Order: sequence, then structure tokens, then C-alpha cells
Amino acid sequence: MAVKKRMKDFTLMEKIYLPSIVAGLGITLQNMFKPKYTMEYPEVKFMPSGHYRGRPVLVQEEDGGERCVACGLCSRVCPALAIDIQAAETEKEKERYPERFEINMLRCIFCGLCEEVCPEEAIVMSKEYEIAFTNRQDAIYGKDKLLTPIADLQERIEFLRGNK
Amino acid sequence: MESLIIAGIALVKVLILANIILLTVSYLVYFERKISAWAQSRVGPNRVGYAGLLQPFADVFKLLLKEDIVPEQANKTIHTLAPFLALFVAFTTYAVIPWGPDVTIFGRVIELSVVPNINAGILYVLALTSIGVYAITLSGWSSGSKYSLLGGVRASAQMISYEISMGFSVAGVLIFSQSLLPSEIVKSQSGLMWNAFLQPIGFITFVTAAFAETNRLPFDLPEAEPELVGGFHTEYSSMKFAAFFLAEYANMMIASALIVTLYLGGWQVPYLEKLGLSAGWEAIIQVAAFFAKLVFLMFFFIWVRWSIPRFRYDQLMDIGWKVMFPLALLNVIWAAVLAMLIK
Repeated sequence: MAVKKRMKDFTLMEKIYLPSIVAGLGITLQNMFKPKYTMEYPEVKFMPSGHYRGRPVLVQEEDGGERCVACGLCSRVCPALAIDIQAAETEKEKERYPERFEINMLRCIFCGLCEEVCPEEAIVMSKEYEIAFTNRQDAIYGKDKLLTPIADLQERIEFLRGNK
Repeated sequence: MESLIIAGIALVKVLILANIILLTVSYLVYFERKISAWAQSRVGPNRVGYAGLLQPFADVFKLLLKEDIVPEQANKTIHTLAPFLALFVAFTTYAVIPWGPDVTIFGRVIELSVVPNINAGILYVLALTSIGVYAITLSGWSSGSKYSLLGGVRASAQMISYEISMGFSVAGVLIFSQSLLPSEIVKSQSGLMWNAFLQPIGFITFVTAAFAETNRLPFDLPEAEPELVGGFHTEYSSMKFAAFFLAEYANMMIASALIVTLYLGGWQVPYLEKLGLSAGWEAIIQVAAFFAKLVFLMFFFIWVRWSIPRFRYDQLMDIGWKVMFPLALLNVIWAAVLAMLIK
């Protein structure tokens, strides 16, 4: 760690101050010719890896049904109260399913608690980060927008399993 | 007829210079953003036009469309007057600065400076830049906001402190040129007798004072975004804000032009006459040399801004009174001794 010096401990060169200004100017001049790190967004898009928490989505099984059993844990744990579930029942082996599953994307804070608490691995965070809407109604994502084929979510699911 | 021609020539010179100033100032803003981006490994504005070259026009257009807000607590007359005072000062100071040698066109000798023969040229510049402080102080005072007021007070204190060392540094130059005419000052620095080499201490004090006078970092305490939320121009918006913005960059250009004229040999290129060029080419090269020096200094201003952090207010006053002022005095003595030895 650098030792903090007082004014009286400075050497003459340090007191003149100009050499350090010149050194600083040198550093910024060098920087001007270094490669740039800017990602020029609409043309070049950021490709996140599995660790990324984008918008939460519902896992859709290969047969087209959702994994969710409408237990309501995600809705319960959600700190921003963004998730709203209406459960229903069927005659299938897996009886319960969400009749209505809505996430208000204006409320969602992308904390990933819903994903963490889900016993069925049915809600996961996707890689999608381009979430824009022009009115409040559009911000409420229903099942039509949330259901995502499991094939698209493999990377995230593997990441989650690796962490357990 | 004769007086009409003289007036016409003056008008053409004013038009050319005013356009050069306006264009340079708008592109200074662009290059400020570009250079700051490069220094921080970013790309900078590149969307409007080729490589973002139309960005300054987009910025001005945006500012024109903004709402012009005058705070309720403000003194409306002075609040409106202040930005235009700043602009006035910024655009009139150029009049005396020579940007090229005398040229002969159609048998008529034309001095390349709007008002070439004011025999108090440098005093005129110093006087006008002092009026520039009023613009900032008045804007700070009339806004009726504590941030603005603090910015204005800081500006006046800073200007008084640095004007002194600036004046004394200029005195060193005047000892050598023995004239207050800017063109004479330029002519006295022929060859490599640039004042920057003859009196380096004066050069450093003058450049530092110029930074303080133009409110550029590391001396931008009247603005000081993190502490004063923009300082004296906190309460300005729309075109009035743009006027301050323009004035700041125009002042930067004046300061650069002054440094070139006083210390870097103005439009002179060392030993150019030995090449034996025709008078026309020589004049063109010399005008180009003036603008090249100007551009380099303006780059230097921006470069410094993105390299050095801001001084604390007490440090600013310490440097102004305890370091710059004695150094400037020392330089006057040095210049006097040197002038006795050389001349």
C-alpha cells in the first residue's frame, strides 16, 4: 500500500508538481492510442453467458406444456411483488398448472429469487436484456411471452445445477 | 472611395474571423468529447454524420428546442444579460490578435488582424478578459440560487488572484518587445527567440493563469460539477446555457491565441526566410503555422482537462498567491536582466 506522505516529506521534485503533471499527461496520451473497449450496441450485441440474469421466463417442456405447478412460491418470495399466479387443475398426472402467470416487468428487479426458490426449475432467468415497452399494459408479460422452449435455456439450467 | 475600401476590407476580415471562430468553437466541443473518449478508451460521438462530425449542429439544435427557464428568484434583466456579456467578451477579444504577416494584395498592404494598430493591444485583451469575470459573477448572483452564487463568488476570487500573475507574466514579454502592439510582440520573437524559450518561468505562469482565466480544469472551480451542480450556470437552460458554453470554448481559443502570440512566436516560422520562397507562399505558410500552433494549444487545453484532477479551493488560492505571484515577479526580473544582456 502506498504510504501517505505529508507536504513536509515531499522532495523538491514532488513540490514543483510539474513533473507529475507531465507524467499524467503522458498516461492519457498513451491511452488515446490504445484499443477502444466500446461495444457499439445496435450493431454489435452483448452475448451473455449462462451466469447472466436477464428477464425471467417460464420453462416450456418438449411436449409444449409448462413445467410450473403453480405452487406460488415465486410470487410469494418476489420482493417487488411482480409475479401474479392463478392456479388451475387438470386430469393429467401432473395435476396443477398456472392458468394465468403474469410478471409485471416494470416491477421486476431481476434479483433471481423466483428462480432460486422454484422447486421444479420451472422459472429461470433468460439471457434477454432488450426489454422495452411504450405503455404500462405492455409491461405485464403473460404466459404467451414467458413460455420459452427448454432448448433455449440449457445453458442457464446447467449453470444453476453447477451451483447447487 | 478610399474609406469605403478600407471599411470593406475590415468587414471581410471580421466575417472571415467570426466564421472561423464559430466553426472552431463548435468543433472544439466535438473534439473535447472525442478526446475525452479516446483518453478513456472509448469511441465517443460517432452517430450523427460521418464519424459524428455533425454532432455539434445536432447539439445546438437540441439546445434551441429546449425550454428557456428563468427561476422565480432570479433578477430577470441581469440573468438574461449575463450570458450575452460572456459572448460579447469572447468574440471581441480576437480583434487585436494578428494571425498572419502583412500581405500585399492588388498593391494594397493588408494586416491580417481585424484591428491591427491599437497601440494598447495587449491591455485591450487584458481589460476585456477582466470584463468576462462580470458575466460569470453576475450570472451567479442574479440566479437566486446558492450554488450559482458560490460559483460566481469563486469565479471572482479566482480571477483576481490569477489576473495578477498573468499581468506580471505579460510584463516580461513587454520588456522584450518594448511595445504593446501584438504585431510588434510577434516580430520581436523572430527566429528561435520565442519568449517561451527565453523566459520559461513566465511561460509556465502565463499558461497556468490562462487555464484559471478560462475556467478550465484543473481550475474549473466556478463550475465544479460535483460540488456546485454546474456552479454559475446551474440555473441556465436552452440558448442561454449554450451562450455560456460557446463563450467558454471561445475563451479557450482566445487563451490559446494569446499564448501563441505572446510566447510561441505568433505566425512566425523559425528560419523560413532562408528557404527563399515567394512572398505569397511565405504568407500562406505563416498563417498556417499560426493556426497549427493554435490547434495544438487547444488540444493541450483539452488534454490537460482529461488528465489532471481539480484543485481544492484553498489549494487554488495558495498556488495563486504564494507560488504563481512570486514566480511571475521573478520572471520580470529575469526578463529585465536578459534584455540588458542581449540588447
